[in-house]
Amino acid sequence: MLASLALAPGAFANFLTPKSGGSPNADSIAELYKLVLYIAAFVFLVVELTLLYSVYKFRAKKGAVAAQIHGNTRLEIGWTVAAGLILVVLTVITFIKLPSIINPPNSDPKGLVLSASTTEPSPPNGRKLTICVTGRQYIWRYTYGAACQQNPFTTKLPYSYQQMVAPANTTVVLVIQSTDVIHSWWIPSMGGKVDAVPGYTTYTWFQAPHAGALFHGQCAQLCGRNHAAMTAQVKVVTPAEYAAWIQQQTTAISAANQQVIQLRRVLRATGNL
Amino acid sequence: MSATDYAVRPVPQITAHEVTKPRETKKWVDWVTTTDHKKIGIMYMVTTFVFFILGGVEALLMRVQLGVPNNTLISAEHYNQLLTIHGTTMIFLFVVPIMAGFGNYFVPLMIGARDMAFPRLNALSYWLLLFGGIVFYFTLFFRPPEAGWWSYPPLSEALYSPSAGQDAWIFLIHITGISSLVGAINFYATIVNMRAPGMSWGRLPLFVWSILIYAVLLIVALPVVAAAVTMLLTDRHFGTHFFDPTNHGSPVLWQHLFWFFGHPEVYIMILPGFGIISEVIPVFSRKPIFGYKAIAAATSVIAFLAVLVWAHHMFASPVPVVVLGFFMLSSFLIGVPTGVKIFNWIATLWRGSLVMTASLYYAVGFIAIFVIGGITGIFLAIFPVDWQLNDTYFVVAHFHYVLMGGAVFTIFAGIYYWFPKMTGRLLNERAGKVSFWIMFIGFNMTFFVQHALGLSGMPRRIYTYQPGLGWSTYNLISTIGSFILSAGILVTVINIAHSFKHGRIAGPDPWKANTLEWFTTSPPPVNNFDAIPRVRSVEPMRDIRRQVERSTGVTQKTGGSERFARV
Repeated sequence: MLASLALAPGAFANFLTPKSGGSPNADSIAELYKLVLYIAAFVFLVVELTLLYSVYKFRAKKGAVAAQIHGNTRLEIGWTVAAGLILVVLTVITFIKLPSIINPPNSDPKGLVLSASTTEPSPPNGRKLTICVTGRQYIWRYTYGAACQQNPFTTKLPYSYQQMVAPANTTVVLVIQSTDVIHSWWIPSMGGKVDAVPGYTTYTWFQAPHAGALFHGQCAQLCGRNHAAMTAQVKVVTPAEYAAWIQQQTTAISAANQQVIQLRRVLRATGNL
Repeated sequence: MSATDYAVRPVPQITAHEVTKPRETKKWVDWVTTTDHKKIGIMYMVTTFVFFILGGVEALLMRVQLGVPNNTLISAEHYNQLLTIHGTTMIFLFVVPIMAGFGNYFVPLMIGARDMAFPRLNALSYWLLLFGGIVFYFTLFFRPPEAGWWSYPPLSEALYSPSAGQDAWIFLIHITGISSLVGAINFYATIVNMRAPGMSWGRLPLFVWSILIYAVLLIVALPVVAAAVTMLLTDRHFGTHFFDPTNHGSPVLWQHLFWFFGHPEVYIMILPGFGIISEVIPVFSRKPIFGYKAIAAATSVIAFLAVLVWAHHMFASPVPVVVLGFFMLSSFLIGVPTGVKIFNWIATLWRGSLVMTASLYYAVGFIAIFVIGGITGIFLAIFPVDWQLNDTYFVVAHFHYVLMGGAVFTIFAGIYYWFPKMTGRLLNERAGKVSFWIMFIGFNMTFFVQHALGLSGMPRRIYTYQPGLGWSTYNLISTIGSFILSAGILVTVINIAHSFKHGRIAGPDPWKANTLEWFTTSPPPVNNFDAIPRVRSVEPMRDIRRQVERSTGVTQKTGGSERFARV
């Protein structure tokens, strides 16, 4: 069983690096992570090899006398400064990479045609697609369109559960909220996680490079017994497919609403409601 | 006898005498009514070790559940209860109080005192710990808490966690919190006031330094969590809305309060372990500790920075980017004194004459493991990277490298080092080394792959997962590793049980050690010392040995540690 598991394709994927490829911010985080990894690997090797060498070399032997050294101020200052310098380097590369992680870029010309709005994190030209992500025990709801920010439940906007549909090459800004406990929105390939905290609104963004991809993720903050079942998917489609899907979803929702109204009427008339 | 007479006697000669008991009492009455810091220390260590085993069993159950995808062995409800009890047990009922146990037993001995400053308060702190643990574990018969060891509201509020298990968790924090708090005040008073003549701050053993700082951090951090859980309690039962967003309360407030305690807590757990390592390494390197002042200073700097890094647990929470930047930098800074300690320990080994005892195995293993935990800590401090890693198995791997590989390995180093002092008998060295290697391999097998799990997108605290996500192999390796790790721990448990009755007689100073606890019999009598020597350096026992050698012209063979060196 072990062998078959080990030979399975992708069994050892992401052994040393985080997932990426679904959005430029995820790619930037992965690049930053790799830079840190190189420095870390160097520090790791130097410290562990020195430790191993000293344990190997200085074992008690006949006639060996331990050197009675109490310390060395220059050495102490030296390694304090060296550790400090490494951290300065890490700080610098972090702040160099940071803008590409938190600031959304403009949509690609191949993306969905959008109008500009001025609220919340925006690409330089202000044009973005806004999707509200609402967490609740134990499912994610997505409401499509900037008006969702007033109230994702009462507006007449198209919505979907669990699977989000998003256009490729388009800057998508997510408005993240929760209606009950704390959840955490996370699609590993499309960027870092953002907590959905009741009473707060948080934001993130992505810009998927290719249509046809399906990205998986799930709630990352313990939210109750079915936490493990609170999965999420993002289906990336072409802008044209996206527009068609929105149309179809709107029609389907209003048809379903009509049915409910009908049913309600019947139930009222028969005295069952 | 004159004040310096002690020094010219051959050292194995008894330097303390058993005080005759005023009356015969039953043994268990003796233990229940004791105010002797050594007995209390032993009760602390035994109690906390039992909780360690319980916490370990809970961990194994979780590992079995996660061994294969779509496992139905443990339900989601029970899994959440297990993870909550496991985390709470290991932190509040094992690592923090076992350090208090070591401190109780060895701080008075190391500073040449006859007991703690407040012996009865000391007994109170032990009994509060025990009853706190019992209150918490009683929920097993009803409904244990299931909101995780950090109990984020609203999940921990009455609406989402109506069971009394959550209240039992709150009471556990209160009761063990008071236990730790009075214990901390006791340590502080003892260390500040009761040191042997000549033991200035620059001659205080590094373990005692670490317990002093541990006490200060407890005094700073515990009141905050006590306030937070009281607010949670009133939210749950008395109609307040501190953390209730539907009534203008804020769940983020809880996170700030909890982690303001929670991060110092991490250093509360690891600093005494650093102290143990700073004692063990020089003794078995036959060398003075490298950079005594640097290590003592690093301990203090870590404590200061420890209260300035709490929000690095909240990088994915609604917190402004400027604040994230601040907490990234402060978390970086705390890496510097921690690194300084590691460099100093390695420098102490360097050019020493290493006596490879089981205790030193654990100490060196600790450094090897802790370096990895420290480095992954730097990854997590970089907040954009943390957005990917936070709340995943990468974090689980990180803090197990720090607390399991860190604190637990130091505790084992301490057990192998101090067991002869506490019982008068040596642990079996060969079994100790076997136990070390099994634990070391099992530990790395369990937790190293968890980094990869986190990087592959597996969040923590999920009770099961689907196949085909690239997680199955790692999880299976981790589960197998956890059983190897447990086997290694079991070897030491058997070793302790066996050596307690059948171990070789240790003598007062089996290791040729440096500090004053080795200046009395093993185990020490109730009053610890007949005469308390004047302390002239960080290594008073070594000074005494040298003085005896000079005056008698005979090389001291103290208790037979020679058989551990290939000399």
